Amino acid sequence: MNVRDLAAEAVAGVLARPGRATLTILGTVLGIGSLVATLGISKTAGNQIVGRFDELAATEVTVEPSESSGAAGQVIPWDAEDRVGRLNGVTAAGTLADVDVAGSLVSSVPVVDPAAQTAHALPVRAASPGLLAAVRGRIGSGRWFDGGHSDRADRVAVLGRAAAERLGISRVDHQPAVFVGDRLYVVIGIVVAVGRRPELLDAVVLPEGTARVDWGLAAPGVVQIETAIGAASLIASQAPLALVPNQPGLLSVSKPAEPRRAREGAERDVESLFAVLGGVSLLVGAIGIANVTLVSVLERVGEIGLRRALGARRRHIAAQFLAESTAMGVLGGVLGTSAGIVVVVGVAASRSWTPVLDPLIPLLAPAAGAAVGLAAGVYPSLRAAALEPVEALRAGT
Amino acid sequence: MTAVVELRDVSRVYPGTPPVEALVDVSLVVEPGDYVSIVGPSGSGKSTLLHVLGCLDRHSAGTYLLDGVDVAGLGDAARTRLRAERIGFVFQAFHLLGRRTAIENVMLGELYRRRPRAGRRERAAAALARVGLGHRVDFLPTRLSGGERQRVAVARALIGDPSLLLCDEPTGALDSANTAAILELFEDLRDGGLTLVVITHDDDVSRRASRQVRIADGRLHELV
Repeated sequence: MNVRDLAAEAVAGVLARPGRATLTILGTVLGIGSLVATLGISKTAGNQIVGRFDELAATEVTVEPSESSGAAGQVIPWDAEDRVGRLNGVTAAGTLADVDVAGSLVSSVPVVDPAAQTAHALPVRAASPGLLAAVRGRIGSGRWFDGGHSDRADRVAVLGRAAAERLGISRVDHQPAVFVGDRLYVVIGIVVAVGRRPELLDAVVLPEGTARVDWGLAAPGVVQIETAIGAASLIASQAPLALVPNQPGLLSVSKPAEPRRAREGAERDVESLFAVLGGVSLLVGAIGIANVTLVSVLERVGEIGLRRALGARRRHIAAQFLAESTAMGVLGGVLGTSAGIVVVVGVAASRSWTPVLDPLIPLLAPAAGAAVGLAAGVYPSLRAAALEPVEALRAGT
Repeated sequence: MTAVVELRDVSRVYPGTPPVEALVDVSLVVEPGDYVSIVGPSGSGKSTLLHVLGCLDRHSAGTYLLDGVDVAGLGDAARTRLRAERIGFVFQAFHLLGRRTAIENVMLGELYRRRPRAGRRERAAAALARVGLGHRVDFLPTRLSGGERQRVAVARALIGDPSLLLCDEPTGALDSANTAAILELFEDLRDGGLTLVVITHDDDVSRRASRQVRIADGRLHELV
């Protein structure tokens, strides 16, 4: 009896009672399906958490003077934006500094209303032209300043949204202006949203060169860098050298936490619970297959006797019932794997996630089903093989 | 020429208190081409004799040569092989698989023999044609009459080209018309050179054989 004969007999044996076979493999389908779904969903969810980091935190690197670098902290060079921008992996970079305006208030020009407050103590900050991209800022109206404004020390300013509201400025096409102390600045744009550095929203932002000339800004305060995904650690190690090659230790770098640990934690939480559930249903599935195979052996005593009379050895009988239960296990495994993948994709789609699945799972899960079927078939097939042909022929019809 | 079956003083005792002597000093020689009937009432030991002849059961004492091979000296695997290669069984209850067509049931007869898969369907079709069922190849057993089912069973036994066709009450479940048809088939097969042993309780069936042997209380008597 060769393997093809054995396989054909096993398939015929399973298909002889399709309804029963369907119910029998249901347990395995559920078990394998929930295991696959569990592994897939936890992996998908784990990647999703990382994906959320990716959006902002995982690509953000900031460089500041370290506390030990001296009282002034004037270590970041004015061309920091260019120096960092040359690093491979940096997608945007800019510098930002708080401007000491010595208590000057900010007021908008035209309205002189004795009843209302017209001068506000707003923070004034200085930024480089690349900062807007580095903080993922969005301009609501007007424009951001460029290198020319900074180089010429033009008296222009960009307002954060909150600052603009307080100053009563909502549009820039009529060239509104604000006083900072007694210096007049033309408002050329309003920033309505930022992904990072929310302190920009309530500030009056001046070009760095302007702040340097008008207010004596000594050095940029912080370098804000956006990196390509995955490049944050590399950039964090390179940026201080690029900025201050002779004394990189004067700078302190903050970079995102390594995402790997967060991912592992997320997976463990979800997996442990559902893996237990999947394991239990797999066990139930195995018991189901064992039960039905045993019933099938008892029902087919006559067939077993006939096969023995036709020359089947005990091992042929055992092999046939093992093959039948294994076939049911494989079928359950394949169907369960498919169902599990559908669930993973469905859950991911409903949350707008990217479904992620270990490529080994679609290969291993049917094998696990086969193992379940094989294990479930051991006892029934031994029972079948142990039947004496004479007894089997007498009992069967 | 070697006898197909040669029993010399074969006994079969079932252990117990007291032991049951199902066969007592049975001697029987079946030559190639013989058509032997073994007739006896129930409880006479004919089933035991059939099982011993078919290598399904071991005898307790004596010598059994099947095609000249001493069966007693063989292990379980070798006896199974001998059964597959030399003996075709026909049972009272047909023992057809209900979900398989006639030709698939016949093909089952070759499953445990060292024959290639290729050509199996053709050999099965030939065996069905030999028993006159060439027109029922793809019928399920449930749609066949009792006589046709038994003929499928005979075809299943014939596909292996056995030395001996061993029939256990082959007409026990059939009406008289189907019985006559099966007995005619047996005569045709005998004429074709096949060796048959038919075990029955029915004297009418027994009388159609070339040789009749009566069994009672485990002892054989040749009827002349």
